[in-house]
Amino acid sequence: MNIQTKYLGFDLRSPLVASASPLAKELDNIKKMEDAGLSAVVLNSLYEEEIRAERQALLHHLEYGTESYAEALSYFPEPEVFYAKTDAYLEHISKCREAVDIPVIASLNGSTLGGWTEFALKMQEAGASALELNIYSIPTDFEQPGADVEQNVIGIVNSVKEAISIPVAVKLSPYYSNMAHMAKKLDDAGADALVLFNRFYQPDINLETMETEPNILLSTPQASRLPLRWIGILYGNIQADMAATSGIHSAQDALKMLMVGANVTMMTSALLKFGIDHAKEVEAKMVQWLEENEYESVEQLRGSMSQKHGVDAAAFERAQYMRGLKTYAVNS
Amino acid sequence: MTTDIATLDGNEAVARIAYKVNEVIAIYPITPSSPMGEWADDWASRNQTNIWGTTPLVIEMQSEAGAAGAVHGSLQRGALTTTFTASQGLLLMIPNMFKIAGELTSTVFHIAARSIAAQALSIFADHSDVMAARSTGWGMLASASVQEAHDFALITTAATLKARVPFLHFFDGFRTSHEVSKISLVPDEVIRAMIDDELVIAHRNRGLDSDRPVLRGTAQNPDVYFQARETVNPFYLATPQIVEDAMQQFGELTGRYYQLYEYHGAPDAERVIVIMASGAEAAQEAVDALNAQGEKVGVLKVRMYRPFDVDRFVAAFPATTKSIAVLDRTKEPGATGEPMYLDTITALFEGWPHGALPMVTGGRYGLSSKEFTPAMVKGVFDNMLADQPKNHFTVGIIDDVTNTSLDYDPEFDVESDSVVRALFYGLGSDGTVGANKNSIKIIGENTNNYAQGHFVYDSKKSGSMTVSHLRFGPQPIHSPYQITRANFIACHQTVFLEKYDVLKDAVKNGIFLLNSTASPETVWDTLPEKYQRHIINKNLAFYVIDAYKVARDSGMRNRINTIMQTCFFAISGVLPRDEAIEEINKSIKKTYGKKGDEIVKMNLVAVDNTIENLHKVTVPDAVTSSAGFLPPVTPNAPTFVQNVLATMIARDGDNLPVSAMPIDGTYPTGTTQYEKRNLALEIPVWDPDVCIQCGKCAMVCPHAVIRIKAYDEAVLENAPETFKATDARDREWGGMKYTIQVSPEDCTACGICVDVCPAKNKAAAGLKAINMEPQPPIREQEVENWDFFVNIPEMPRNLIKVNSIRQQQVQQPLFEFSGACAGCGETPYLKLLTQLFGDRAIIANATGCSSIYGGNLPTTPWSHNNEGRGPAWSNSLFEDNAEFGLGMRVALDKQIEYARELVARLSGEIGGTLAEAILNADQSDEPGIFEQRGRIATLKERLSGINSPEARQLLTVADNLAKKNVWIIGGDGWSYDIGYGGLDHVLASGRNVNVLVMDTEVYSNTGGQSSKATPRAAIAKFAAGGKPSPKKDLGRMMMTYGNIYVAQVAMGGRDEQTLRAFLEAEAYDGPSLIIAYSHCIAHGINMKTAMQDQKMAVDTGQWLLYRFNPTLAEEGKNPLTLDSRQPKKPVSEFLHMENRFRMLEMSRPDAASVMFEEAQGDVIKRWEMYQYLAQRPYGPADDNGSSGTDD
Repeated sequence: MNIQTKYLGFDLRSPLVASASPLAKELDNIKKMEDAGLSAVVLNSLYEEEIRAERQALLHHLEYGTESYAEALSYFPEPEVFYAKTDAYLEHISKCREAVDIPVIASLNGSTLGGWTEFALKMQEAGASALELNIYSIPTDFEQPGADVEQNVIGIVNSVKEAISIPVAVKLSPYYSNMAHMAKKLDDAGADALVLFNRFYQPDINLETMETEPNILLSTPQASRLPLRWIGILYGNIQADMAATSGIHSAQDALKMLMVGANVTMMTSALLKFGIDHAKEVEAKMVQWLEENEYESVEQLRGSMSQKHGVDAAAFERAQYMRGLKTYAVNS
Repeated sequence: MTTDIATLDGNEAVARIAYKVNEVIAIYPITPSSPMGEWADDWASRNQTNIWGTTPLVIEMQSEAGAAGAVHGSLQRGALTTTFTASQGLLLMIPNMFKIAGELTSTVFHIAARSIAAQALSIFADHSDVMAARSTGWGMLASASVQEAHDFALITTAATLKARVPFLHFFDGFRTSHEVSKISLVPDEVIRAMIDDELVIAHRNRGLDSDRPVLRGTAQNPDVYFQARETVNPFYLATPQIVEDAMQQFGELTGRYYQLYEYHGAPDAERVIVIMASGAEAAQEAVDALNAQGEKVGVLKVRMYRPFDVDRFVAAFPATTKSIAVLDRTKEPGATGEPMYLDTITALFEGWPHGALPMVTGGRYGLSSKEFTPAMVKGVFDNMLADQPKNHFTVGIIDDVTNTSLDYDPEFDVESDSVVRALFYGLGSDGTVGANKNSIKIIGENTNNYAQGHFVYDSKKSGSMTVSHLRFGPQPIHSPYQITRANFIACHQTVFLEKYDVLKDAVKNGIFLLNSTASPETVWDTLPEKYQRHIINKNLAFYVIDAYKVARDSGMRNRINTIMQTCFFAISGVLPRDEAIEEINKSIKKTYGKKGDEIVKMNLVAVDNTIENLHKVTVPDAVTSSAGFLPPVTPNAPTFVQNVLATMIARDGDNLPVSAMPIDGTYPTGTTQYEKRNLALEIPVWDPDVCIQCGKCAMVCPHAVIRIKAYDEAVLENAPETFKATDARDREWGGMKYTIQVSPEDCTACGICVDVCPAKNKAAAGLKAINMEPQPPIREQEVENWDFFVNIPEMPRNLIKVNSIRQQQVQQPLFEFSGACAGCGETPYLKLLTQLFGDRAIIANATGCSSIYGGNLPTTPWSHNNEGRGPAWSNSLFEDNAEFGLGMRVALDKQIEYARELVARLSGEIGGTLAEAILNADQSDEPGIFEQRGRIATLKERLSGINSPEARQLLTVADNLAKKNVWIIGGDGWSYDIGYGGLDHVLASGRNVNVLVMDTEVYSNTGGQSSKATPRAAIAKFAAGGKPSPKKDLGRMMMTYGNIYVAQVAMGGRDEQTLRAFLEAEAYDGPSLIIAYSHCIAHGINMKTAMQDQKMAVDTGQWLLYRFNPTLAEEGKNPLTLDSRQPKKPVSEFLHMENRFRMLEMSRPDAASVMFEEAQGDVIKRWEMYQYLAQRPYGPADDNGSSGTDD
């Protein structure tokens, strides 16, 4: 069975890719991912806020309380060199590239214009095969129109594309007024792929402490419905490749994504939950299904259930939603 | 040969040479010499090499005595070895110094000369330390400036190798050690040329070696000791020539020539001052000015003080000399004169070659960095003209007791107009000093100007004012004194305007720069009357900038250093503006480059924004303000505070006469309450409706500004309108009212109270029962509320249940409003101690942070209650605190014993029942103590009617019959390192002393040097590469005695456990030791949430909570109670909270990953050991009641 696919210009042996997760922090895990047949790996994200906070904290703590009191004009020796998180990350990219043959996609997570091009360039120089921009932004400015938010994202993509030559994927949220239009604009801006969708870490409330706290939940297969819809809508209408992420746990989940038009399907939660070798099982079952259903290749399957090629064009739009509700009502 | 120019301070200038010419460096921190050791450790951690291409081995010792011992040993093995120290540190080295000199060993110790503690400690400069060492047989060479300190560090090393006489190379602490100056660096090739390898090899060959064994250090007897002692004479006789030769060789190599005794002045001078170190520079300036006016005066600078070469010394004077004044920067009470005065008289008597002996007078100047100016020098010269010149005089103070002081004209000014003189007033936290150091470097290294920076710091650690004195000029600067005529004055904080007259030193047509939120149009109206008058009368150009706004707009938060530096260059004209800005930008890239491009960028943006926001103010013709300065203390302050301490607070202490000062260093307690510092922009505000009355906010408040009282409702009758009160929730306080009140003018806005408050506002979860709000709008009302609150009667101590925090916290703190860092981790423990036991505590305080914020003038935080009882406090030294406290204890024990004997003897007269009750009183709790005090009052009343010697004796010791206890307190530097031997002995004595170790895990007071309490993987000074070894387990070591109460606590970990440990420690009739985790600014943490760090330290097992109570062993129970739960989180979660550990990851990631893993191993091993100890079965007590059985 030919399960090869193309993504970001790379010929990949399968459409199963590891998406950004803490697993990718360890070089051994990257090797295991390659051994498990995953065809590319997106590294854990380098967080813009974290880099800024680290630098500000370093400066603050090196200066705080200094030059105030005659006996203690400083409190720390100042090392000659500071290896910021960026340095460690860049070193990790290089080590990963040396250790595996599959493409290593660096991931940069941020929300502002500043710093993107600088970090992107450094990642390219460190040997990243491609770059995934994880544009993480919760607009809360009551005065800022949605168009500005969109333009900000486009601006980031433009500037990064100008700065680097390796392929750039954009991982984005579904929360745009017109996702199709947004996707088109990103396509026009030169994004080599869209990764659909980013899962925001939503805050939770601790009833004991009455404080909000991050509560990271692993995705469930239900989470795959949203990218399934939008990949199905976008397939054939944009040049950029598409990667499906969120809720892909099984071969069935992956196959559905490929059917609506994804070039690759990305897994994180399933690997965290079941281990990296789970990818082998997914691939085997995917191949088995393809064989049982007499497909020749993944490429043959790809987009077959998209809006463009689908039997029911309205299925991805409101009508399907209505039908879903009716079904739910009957079943309950 | 090219000569590099550098702008650096005296400590670095010396350390650079010392590092290059030594193989072993033993270090120990002491102000102001610590930075020399820090530099050495830092360079060694980077593998920088000496002139032989090898990295010197730098080792931190446990004390200066230890450092001297290590140096002695290293020298005996033949390694080139040095150390750095000052003051008491040098005194601790003296025993070894005699040995080192007696064995004719080549070495140089570099000394940042500092006062010795007498009636008080002082960190500032004089020569009392080096003078105390003058009998050791060491050569002594004094440097007068940063350049000389750099040069002489090499000259002494070259000389000692040849002479075999060890040398003290000294220079004035702070004045030279911390002065930033532009100097010519000695190139490596010069160092190489000066150090003769043959002599180095000879030194090495004298080292002990088992391949050619010798024996050194014999015990000698009356038959030969004397003769053997005289064998060294030829070496001392030869030394002056050797040093002179070294100076000559150095001069030929560098162009800088020095002489052992260097005369400067009129060749036919009649009056000559003899002086050494930095004071000689001021004298030279005065001499030049006076000679220019036609006088015939001179100064003889003594470079080599030991060996004192009579011939060279007398030969240096002009033959015309008729009068000599010898100025000593030390005091020897009871002597016929100060040391150099006596040496001079002897030398003249023995060797004066010019006929009639000149008249010689001697005087003291500059003790503890007292200013010494050309005006004072002129005063000395004027005194020499008198028919009967004053001898044994002082200059620079007003001595109205024994009238030693000389009059002088303070207006006498010698400074050239070509020197730009700038004064900058900043807050410690605003980066003013750092920016100024940077400016000096820019000017020093980019122009032909010479530059000098001197920095004056506050005595408080929080909210401290800094004053930077900067000089720039085309000629070398010889002005080792503060600026009093400034062309440029910058005030970086408007809060100073209402307190100090910073413009008093401005010259006519000078420049005044103010950082203010007021606009150029409105700023004039914000100035007090005195400022307006200065600006108009002196025709000052007045500029204003809202630097905090520029900082915020540039992403710099509250850091205004770059902005104010840019302003200085933009308007001072020291450099062309564009050139200056280019240099600032370069400097920003250099300074911040390694900390990240973002940091660089925001500073560059700030520079650009500064120019746009800097405005010249149009000055009106007339004064419009009538505002004066705030009084330095509150009107209710006692007379002594008003007359003496207030003068110091107003920065006018220099003008206090001798008669104003207590004669023996004794001061009243409870004086911080009168100094309202108003540091806080925000203060906590209590919400009684949300409050659960747990008392935690008051417990953690490091500054004792949050107070709690429960009281009768009738008290509220005259309460101010905004005074808050609610019903007391404690069942035992039914019907009472309850108030938590904040002292608005004493708060430092640390915010710890808000962080620990567990009560959330149910309607708005972002609010708690105590919340920060802006201070200015509520200052007035809260002052009124505070004044009302303090007058509410305290709840009687015998009615308070002390083992419940919510009740215990109504106890009055007798440690309040200290000058500790905002959010200090030590002071909550001290406050708790005083609440619980302050009315009966005698405290021995080791030198360190706690002795500084506890005892540094002007005002001090140890206080007393309305009955006049409170902690009696003293500080002896750093190393002897445990012994000091034990001395107090045994004195108290003896006095108690004597009092009891007298009560028994006098029981007939005083009444048998009373005597019996007194002797058998149970004082194990507050009611018991309360009752005993009542009995003693009765006893004293009865005694006053008995006319017998024994009754009079008992009257003086009767108060000891009420419970008193001794607390021995200090930090980890004292208890783990320098004072450990004494602490061990004192705890082993079995005496009833209570020891509180506030463990910050570094030498906090001297700037965060590593101690044996420093945990593995922490970066600290002297452990620049991360501490590779684990923390010493002091508690476990002391538990091995079996009869010592030992507790380890962390208030932020479990406050109830802390309280319980304090109560148990005091109750235990034997030695007790509490080791209290104390977060510290030197940890690199957010001080506001520091209690969370403490909690995490406990949760991860990094810090164990336990109590080892020997009384349990007496009952046959296991004495160890492990109060920590098994760690559930990895220690890395704690390590990542603190910069001291994170910096290791950022600077040495590979080492960090290893050390972090080892740190986790430490946690596991420690936990397992303690768990075993706490869980093991414990047998019945033996006869001593001190131990059980092991299994």
